[in-house]
Amino acid sequence: MRKELQVAALENGTAIDHIPTAAVFKVVALLQLQKLDNRITIGNNLKSSKMGTKGIIKVSDKFFREDEINRIALVAPNVNLNIIKNFEVIEKKEVVLPNEIIEIVKCNNPKCITNNEPMRTRFYVVDKEQVELQCHYCELKIRKEEIVLI
Amino acid sequence: MSPKSLVNIGDYDREDIFRILRSASKFKQNPNRDLLKGRVCATLFFEPSTRTRLSFETAVNRLRGRIIGFSDAATSSSTKGESLKDTIMMVSNYADLIIMRHHLEGSARYASEISPVPVINAGDGSNQHPTQTMLDLFTIYETQGTLENLTITIVGDLKYGRAVHSLIQGLSHFSPTFNFVAPEELHIPDKYKAFCDQKQIAYNEYTDFSPESINSADILYMTRVQKERFTDLMEYEKVKNVYVLHNEMLNDSKENLKVLHPLPRVKEISQDVDDNPKAYYFQQAKNGMYTRQAVICDLMGIEMR
Repeated sequence: MRKELQVAALENGTAIDHIPTAAVFKVVALLQLQKLDNRITIGNNLKSSKMGTKGIIKVSDKFFREDEINRIALVAPNVNLNIIKNFEVIEKKEVVLPNEIIEIVKCNNPKCITNNEPMRTRFYVVDKEQVELQCHYCELKIRKEEIVLI
Repeated sequence: MSPKSLVNIGDYDREDIFRILRSASKFKQNPNRDLLKGRVCATLFFEPSTRTRLSFETAVNRLRGRIIGFSDAATSSSTKGESLKDTIMMVSNYADLIIMRHHLEGSARYASEISPVPVINAGDGSNQHPTQTMLDLFTIYETQGTLENLTITIVGDLKYGRAVHSLIQGLSHFSPTFNFVAPEELHIPDKYKAFCDQKQIAYNEYTDFSPESINSADILYMTRVQKERFTDLMEYEKVKNVYVLHNEMLNDSKENLKVLHPLPRVKEISQDVDDNPKAYYFQQAKNGMYTRQAVICDLMGIEMR
């Protein structure tokens, strides 16, 4: 039996698959897809044998830089990233949590300068496995479950 | 590229610390030198701190530098809503060095990133106060002749005490042994114990201020136990007199022991200790001036002739 695609196939571009359903719109925001003119297909609450339900985003004629795509590592660390040319997957990539996270995470310390000045936040990833961050400015450490996105 | 600044004691490695200590001891021999003649230093105290400001300003004055600045945010433009960035950019037009204290944590790091002139952190909220640590290290070195392999007993508020946290960091290069003496509510945070473990630094924890913790020490570092730090006031009432040093408690202490305190002292060191030759907190405060002279000249690239 022919397997039916849940989201239309992509000729050229990037397909981000196996996004946790709760993270789909965060991924949209982190990649700033709302600012693109490219054709974008977003599917959510799709059936997935691995995850139960999942989200998928396909962006035509867009090939993200590594630092752009790594922005989503905090919310969706285990996505499949497929680079597609002429309807063929020519490359599969993984997202990698970077050593530094800039402008994405809010510092949880109300007395941190970043919450009181118009400025970018900056965190070091001090533990990649447990996902623990440390504010470059006030030095507060933030555990994975405490992370708040800007 | 921003100039070299002193924001966090962790910015200084072992060599940096020794360079400052050597320079500070020369300033102690003669603090009056012409090294800052023609230079302007700004002291920006967004949060008042008379003791620290006077120490920095005296350090600059004795080097013949000039000072601009404010001692209270109420007299600065930040009350008009000016951003820290704008204040720093404006002041760096005038001054060759910025010394700042601010109630927000991370403010000095941010200032050091945007300022074209060096920045010295004179305290950013409960985060860092690195010249306090430098003066503590200088005093320990001066009184013990070394920084290596010393036993340091730290008493009082180990949870919120900024000076304590930075001292642990500053001494971590020198294989210390720490005795942490604190009430249950104010014990040393896990992250500093993890830091000691990671650096293979030995430490003991006590809730009672025992003769053992005093008699084994080379340095007894006292801090204030503040009522407002307690969630349970009954607990404060129970412990408020426990972490107080009286003169007779020093009877069996080591000959080389010195008692330090970052000041202000309230009741945690009884006045009868002041005349004991082992009491060294007032000299320690004075050392702050020499250490700050050393840090200022180091950051400005001024060599002592």
